Amino acid sequence: MTRKEPALRLQQIVKTFPGVRALDGVDFEVLPGEVHALLGENGAGKSTLMKVLAGMYQPNEGQIYIAGEEVTMTTPLDAKNQGVVLIHQELSLVPEMTAAENIYLGELPRKSFGRVDWKTLHARCDEILSRLKCRFSSDTVVAGLSIANQQMVEIARALTVDARVVIFDEPTASLTDAEKVVLFDIINDLKAQGVGIVYISHRMDEIFTLSDRITVLRDGSYRGTLVTAETDEDEVTRLMIGRSLDLSRNIKTPELGDVVLEVRGLSCAPSFSDVSFALRAGEVVGFYGLVGAGRTELAETLFGLRRPDGGTILIDGAEVATTSPQDAIARGISLVPENRKEQGLVLTMNCRDNMTLPQVGDLTAGPFVSSGAEIAIFDQYRDRLAIKTPSWRQLVGYLSGGNQQKIVIGKWLSMQPRVLIVDEPTRGIDVGSKAEIHNLLRELAAQGYAVIVISSEMPEVLHVSDRIIAMYHGKITREFSAAEVSEDALVQAISGLGNGTAA
Amino acid sequence: MLLTRLKAGGPAIARQGILVAFLLFMVAFSLMSDRFLSADNFMSVFRQSAIIGVMALGVTIVVIGGNLDLSVGSMLSFATVLVVDLHDKIGPELAIPVMILATLCLGAINGALIGFLRLNSLIVTLGMLSAIQGLVLIYSGGQNVDIVDQQGTWFSIFGRGAIMGIATPIVMFLGLALLFHVIMSSMPFGRKVYAVGGNPTASVFSGISRSRVVFTTYLISALCVSMAAIILGSRVMGSQNNVGQGYELQVLAAVILGGTSLMGGSGSISRTVLGVLMLAFIQNGLILMGQPYYMQWLVTWAIIIIAVWLDVAAKRGRLLSPIA
Repeated sequence: MTRKEPALRLQQIVKTFPGVRALDGVDFEVLPGEVHALLGENGAGKSTLMKVLAGMYQPNEGQIYIAGEEVTMTTPLDAKNQGVVLIHQELSLVPEMTAAENIYLGELPRKSFGRVDWKTLHARCDEILSRLKCRFSSDTVVAGLSIANQQMVEIARALTVDARVVIFDEPTASLTDAEKVVLFDIINDLKAQGVGIVYISHRMDEIFTLSDRITVLRDGSYRGTLVTAETDEDEVTRLMIGRSLDLSRNIKTPELGDVVLEVRGLSCAPSFSDVSFALRAGEVVGFYGLVGAGRTELAETLFGLRRPDGGTILIDGAEVATTSPQDAIARGISLVPENRKEQGLVLTMNCRDNMTLPQVGDLTAGPFVSSGAEIAIFDQYRDRLAIKTPSWRQLVGYLSGGNQQKIVIGKWLSMQPRVLIVDEPTRGIDVGSKAEIHNLLRELAAQGYAVIVISSEMPEVLHVSDRIIAMYHGKITREFSAAEVSEDALVQAISGLGNGTAA
Repeated sequence: MLLTRLKAGGPAIARQGILVAFLLFMVAFSLMSDRFLSADNFMSVFRQSAIIGVMALGVTIVVIGGNLDLSVGSMLSFATVLVVDLHDKIGPELAIPVMILATLCLGAINGALIGFLRLNSLIVTLGMLSAIQGLVLIYSGGQNVDIVDQQGTWFSIFGRGAIMGIATPIVMFLGLALLFHVIMSSMPFGRKVYAVGGNPTASVFSGISRSRVVFTTYLISALCVSMAAIILGSRVMGSQNNVGQGYELQVLAAVILGGTSLMGGSGSISRTVLGVLMLAFIQNGLILMGQPYYMQWLVTWAIIIIAVWLDVAAKRGRLLSPIA
């Protein structure tokens, strides 16, 4: 390969935080017209490196070169002016403004007397959006756009500057397959224009489709750079986690217990209607469907966060009314919610306090919270779930996504639930932790828990479930056993095609 | 130097930063005034700070729970007028419980509107600030109230008396501070307040009744106001209709100065005690230096801004905003 001058090169980057060496001498470079994937488990230092790239953190040691010249970037604006643009995983748009206003936020084109030149603005934005094959116009208010389209606005924003390097952080986390195809086209276009792309993702298939090279980080240190065409998933995974993963599904008919949870004709307008199913001890039931199919709302209804309009919920054969989460928890229903940071964790609290939060009122000695009892629970589930944290005192916000998710799971396991509902258990989590969480769900079922897994990822549903219930537009369309399920039938069932209607 | 310290320490250093600033002030004032460091002056500042201090304890809990309480000033007027007025009518042994109950009712209105109806606490308590002031004037008919037999009543113990040689207001302030410190740091309720203030949604998803927790914080705040009213009424043995006016800002200043975040979810009772004392000693020092009374408002404001700045800077690891 002829050596081009890298668009961006990092050399021996060290970044420390109190008590943590987040990056320990990391090298990384992107050539113009190259897609360079950055891989690593949670906590491997991907996010930190990305923030260094984007000028949000200053490294303690090491050099950054852009087009061969050493630079220091102290703010994201510096980075942007140097042509380094970050597309955030969590969108940073102003929802009340139009797409155009967001795209040129802070740099709106002006006419005389400082008036905004709306005509030029919309013309420019529509041009960028059409380059991105977006079907909405630039005067659409962002709040009214789907997540995927909001992401397009983010990307459009990056294209307003003469970008040398564009960093994508988990761009497909909330995209449908069709939207992914569009995104990949855009990335390939940018690549053809000579832009260097840094692509951060947990999804191996995407990385192998898109990237030219792969750099792997582990525990904050550089593990190597591989040429994508000359490697395979196994090698990358080994580099990433230091061992190989067994992703094959262990299909054995589990020893099923009694029906723990039964739902009859449950409705909650407008989200779902006439939902009936039964869940046995020792089984994992996957709920698969498109975003908006009513799965999350169903989970929230079972957990007492929504009032059903009709139907009954039975636990151990007895009808129950779960009118609040407290009720649901008392009946042994627990929910690991879809959105970890907003619904699952109190980021201002430490790991232990988050884990014991639902039962803090019971962990008492006299009127006082028993710190010893809390630490005992924390230690037990830290060991059982292999949660990586320096101590229980660590604020939960400083943990990686996978470890945060394990804290939420530990929170509910420590309550000894009958039914564990997990909504999108591995969203935004790396492959290593993902496999751990999948194995954990299987183990829990083997121990007699009844588990409901809601997921939008087909491999995940196929991998962990004994039975799969497909939902479409608030209704159950079909039920599959693990043995009979096929990907085709599943896709048909969740998109309203095929022979199945209401079960 | 300061910057690197800030970067290394995170929020913990901010607390020490405030302590250091406090000690610097103390040294500066004691160099400038002979009386500042005298035991007499110390005790008198401490005693004077007790009313704001007691109220700040309750407001701290409200703020940790993610809300504000601006109604404490006029609530103090209400409670003081009521207890003083009832003192001569039904006697102190009845006046005190009646006043506490009535004040708790006001707290319950705040709590119900903010906790159960989920209305914005700034708007609700700002409205209550003016509504309660109106209530006081209706009750008193615009007349100031006082206690006739100021020497003969045991009610004087709260404001003018001493317990084991220590002025009662100080004992009440520190006693309540200890009580609420224990509640907030070691009891389930305290943990729930931190959780609700830190992330109300996640708290609900963890089976905590957010509404009930918020409601209770306003009851506590009202209870603290009623304790402050006992001290104030007993000390003055009378009350003007608007005696509590402006207290809400002093109280909030002490809470912020202590480092409790207005975002909710962090802060502590002990830090508020520190904030209260700092505020009181600074104001006292300025007066001893011969500055006019109103000078303290200017200085207080400047100190709060610096305190908030250091706190924010410690959290983001640099003095200026990273986003230009």
